[in-house]
Amino acid sequence: MTSRAELERLLADGTGNPWPMRIVWLALAGVLAYAAVALGLLGPQFVNGLPKLAGAIGMMFPPRGIEHMPEFLWALAETIAMGLLGTVLGAVVAFPLSLLCASTTLPIRGLQFGFRRFADSLRSLDHLIWAIVFVRAVGLGPLAGVLAIAIVDVGNLSKLYSEAIDNAAKGPPEGVRAAGGQGAETFRWGILPQVLPNIASTTLYMWESNTRSATILGIVGAGGIGYQLSDRLRVYEWGQASLIILLILVAVYAIDLISGRLRRMLIEGR
Amino acid sequence: MNTATPALADAGFAPLLRERARRDAVRAATAIAGLAGAVLLTADVAGFEPGRLVAGLPRLGEFLVLMVPELALRSIVEDVGHWYWNIGHWLMLLLDTVLMAGLATALGTIGGALLSFSASRNLTRGPVVYWIVRRVLEFARAVPDLVFAIIFVFSFGLGPLAGVLAIAVHTLGAQGKLFAEANENVDMGPLFGVRACGGDRREEILWAVVPQVLPNWVSFTFWRFEINLRSATIIGFVGAGGIGVELYDALRLNYYDDTGAILLLVALCVFVIDDASERLRLRIAGGARQ
Repeated sequence: MTSRAELERLLADGTGNPWPMRIVWLALAGVLAYAAVALGLLGPQFVNGLPKLAGAIGMMFPPRGIEHMPEFLWALAETIAMGLLGTVLGAVVAFPLSLLCASTTLPIRGLQFGFRRFADSLRSLDHLIWAIVFVRAVGLGPLAGVLAIAIVDVGNLSKLYSEAIDNAAKGPPEGVRAAGGQGAETFRWGILPQVLPNIASTTLYMWESNTRSATILGIVGAGGIGYQLSDRLRVYEWGQASLIILLILVAVYAIDLISGRLRRMLIEGR
Repeated sequence: MNTATPALADAGFAPLLRERARRDAVRAATAIAGLAGAVLLTADVAGFEPGRLVAGLPRLGEFLVLMVPELALRSIVEDVGHWYWNIGHWLMLLLDTVLMAGLATALGTIGGALLSFSASRNLTRGPVVYWIVRRVLEFARAVPDLVFAIIFVFSFGLGPLAGVLAIAVHTLGAQGKLFAEANENVDMGPLFGVRACGGDRREEILWAVVPQVLPNWVSFTFWRFEINLRSATIIGFVGAGGIGVELYDALRLNYYDDTGAILLLVALCVFVIDDASERLRLRIAGGARQ
């Protein structure tokens, strides 16, 4: 039997000293309170803006501009194309790079670390920043958007792929080696079958996310529906803007649905 | 395989196996053909011409070279000092950016957490509430934060407030959905226990659900902060505060040196905070169910 004193000690151990955690929470609350004041959330700016916001939302109903529908739909097609093409391009480059980022496939620690940092650096800048850079290089239009999505995707996907490779069970590749397999064969028969469903599902998720990102790249001239939307908002065409937002919602929802179905097929079908 | 199953093959399994292999091959071929078709179609829509790509690459190089001023090893300190002539102002804007991401993450997460219970099938008050809250969350998530930012800049004026609110609304949608999914996967036993002791809905959630989902919630929140930090760096493109305002001006006015200096600063800041956040996330919620 555990004595009462021991039980109390165990309980105290479980909860520990509450003060360090309390201080962390207090510090966090302090920083957030400072931010709320410094950024104007707690103040007249917020309160004074609310009626204007209500007015803007009111002007969004009903959606208008059906006569511009062909133009909007083409821009939407561009957006969807940018999302898909960027994802495919990113995945094609990310897969070989991920082999260099995983310690299973590149056991030289220094090199592997370097490649991983390189992939991280591609992820550090937002799509929109890359889009501006690529607009300078290849001109206005969706091509710049495709490249922006692809380059961030190279960073994101090679990180996620390499994590999947490193998390794969070590038994199967060992088995292949024991049966006389070497290098590439170990990867092809020992690791790839394990990680392929994971990689496919990750890529599909990224496709959904990229479609969302592609909707706004037009703001800096990189093609797609974002150009139309920012243009209409800039001149306060609230009705047309809300029609475009509706179109975006429908497109994003449709892509999510398709991607979700493909993912279920991949997981259950094989 | 074949040598090990002669009996099975005799029993009529060979045609079945062949049939299965054929079906797999057809499915793989369909998938590849479908993807290839989609890629070709979208390449046409997006005007993806290899010629333009090749022609653009040198210009990309030129742009990158322009962004870094001449740095001589002999006078490296003065040169870098000259390049980062406005470092004090930029660091203040960068601090603003981080604060924007933090405050927006906090606001959106609190809102999303509160709404997530009504958006969980097992905890909601009723199908009508469930349906409405789900649609609200979907809307908040599907509209990009930059679009909210444009609308909020119109309402609240230029500055970081519009950015904070825009990122917060988008965060609310994203967190609400993720939290609701975590809520739906809880073990209902503790909840029934609290109910059997006479607890009401609020007490059931507080004592039976929250302790189970908290590690997941914390992990999602760190992850969202990393995403929001990136958003906060560009939300200034539409005038909604942070370093993005300065970056956009430098780009627009062709101040190449400044553009390069700010880009490097932003990348470094995101890189460092990302890394710290990921370490903390794995340490705090390392045992969390994914």
